[in-house]
Amino acid sequence: MTAGDVILLVGTTKGAFLFSADADRRHFEADGPHFHGQSIYAMAFDGRGGRRRLLAGTGSSHWGAVVRWSDDLGKTWADPAEGNVRFPSSTGASLNQIWQLRPDGDQRPDTVWAGVEPAALFRSDDGGETFELVQGLWDHPDRPRWQPGGGGLCMHTVLPHPTNPERIWVAISTGGVYRSDDGGGSWRSRNQGVRAQFLPEPDRYPEFGQCVHKIALAAGRPDRLYLQNHWGLYRTDDGGDQWEDMANGVPSDFGFPVVAHPSDPDTAYVIPLTSDEFRCTPDARMQVYRTRDAGDSWEPLGAGMPQRDAYLTVLRDGFATDGLEPAGLYFGTRTGELFASTNDGDDWRLVAEWLPPVTCVKAAVVPA
Amino acid sequence: MATVHLPAALSAYAERRRRVEVPLPQDGTVAGLLDALGRAHPGVRQRVQDEQGAIRPHVNVFVNGESIRFLAGLATPVAEGDEVWILPAVSGG
Repeated sequence: MTAGDVILLVGTTKGAFLFSADADRRHFEADGPHFHGQSIYAMAFDGRGGRRRLLAGTGSSHWGAVVRWSDDLGKTWADPAEGNVRFPSSTGASLNQIWQLRPDGDQRPDTVWAGVEPAALFRSDDGGETFELVQGLWDHPDRPRWQPGGGGLCMHTVLPHPTNPERIWVAISTGGVYRSDDGGGSWRSRNQGVRAQFLPEPDRYPEFGQCVHKIALAAGRPDRLYLQNHWGLYRTDDGGDQWEDMANGVPSDFGFPVVAHPSDPDTAYVIPLTSDEFRCTPDARMQVYRTRDAGDSWEPLGAGMPQRDAYLTVLRDGFATDGLEPAGLYFGTRTGELFASTNDGDDWRLVAEWLPPVTCVKAAVVPA
Repeated sequence: MATVHLPAALSAYAERRRRVEVPLPQDGTVAGLLDALGRAHPGVRQRVQDEQGAIRPHVNVFVNGESIRFLAGLATPVAEGDEVWILPAVSGG
């Protein structure tokens, strides 16, 4: 791999795979599996501060979870002997799974955030080698009332504000969206307007407790976020103070991932599923939905993907963009397909199939 | 000394050995033995016990053929010459 190449980090329930391509993104070479038999729900590429570091949240059903890293693009991986994401003894909690690894912005080039199960936020200031619990969120008075969803009580999304280092969003299933405006010291729930379908009327719009599946930051407009809920698609233009329904013309507003276009703040992508009872692509067609007007309307994109007999599922972290222009978009399925588009989603192709169930896809351009 | 048998996955933290001799701990328990094992072979303890000290749910520890879950757990006594096995339990999919 050389500078300018595109690298895909693909986590599965049985190991991680790396795919790489030249800048033209025509042909991807596969490498792996890494971490045989381990479930990899979180991966990240960190190209800040001269690094070329891969991060992987590895989990063994027997031997526990740990963050591993590679500074040689996956040839070797550091394996911290005593673990590096550990709850303090005062919490009485123990780590179950690492759900999210998120390098901070360039203003904090050594900071990496980890979202874990049980729902908690950890912070590293050495590039992901050691982590400490963010106590302010752990001590939040709402926390005892958060409830586990189907994937456990997990913090699955961490979004640092791109220019304001004091502002950070996290999302929890089921707890909802929380925002800090003081660098992680204190947190407020930010769920106004988001429905909790699983609660009785008239209590379906609680202050917190929503089952948020994913949030994504719009490019170049950092207080706009898109949200895929457990039923419901939303947009906020004020950093989460108020969310507006944007499920206008999708076959279902149930799904897991949402991806924001890397340069156009009005463009975003979702992958609807039929329902929470039947978590497969509607009408057995593999279609990504794209909005170009911030959710006022959506169009299906299916060119190059199966349009019949396709009962596919894409999980919350299984969809990513590479940040290039036109945008590369990549997603993996629970049935082991990896699809790619390199023209903003207009056309798609199969990059890999017969992988283990895909839990995580991240994409990055290898820096010089 | 007690003899501790390690599964393949943990032998990576013990110079690839599947069987190690561990001095008997002062407190004479499995907990003390695992502490001594972890000090001698960093990486083993983190994988057998979580950060609060509990044996991970899908790991079994046997003393002379009996699971400590059916003995006294981490307080199970260990004596000179005992055979201790650490094994992955049946799990996964």
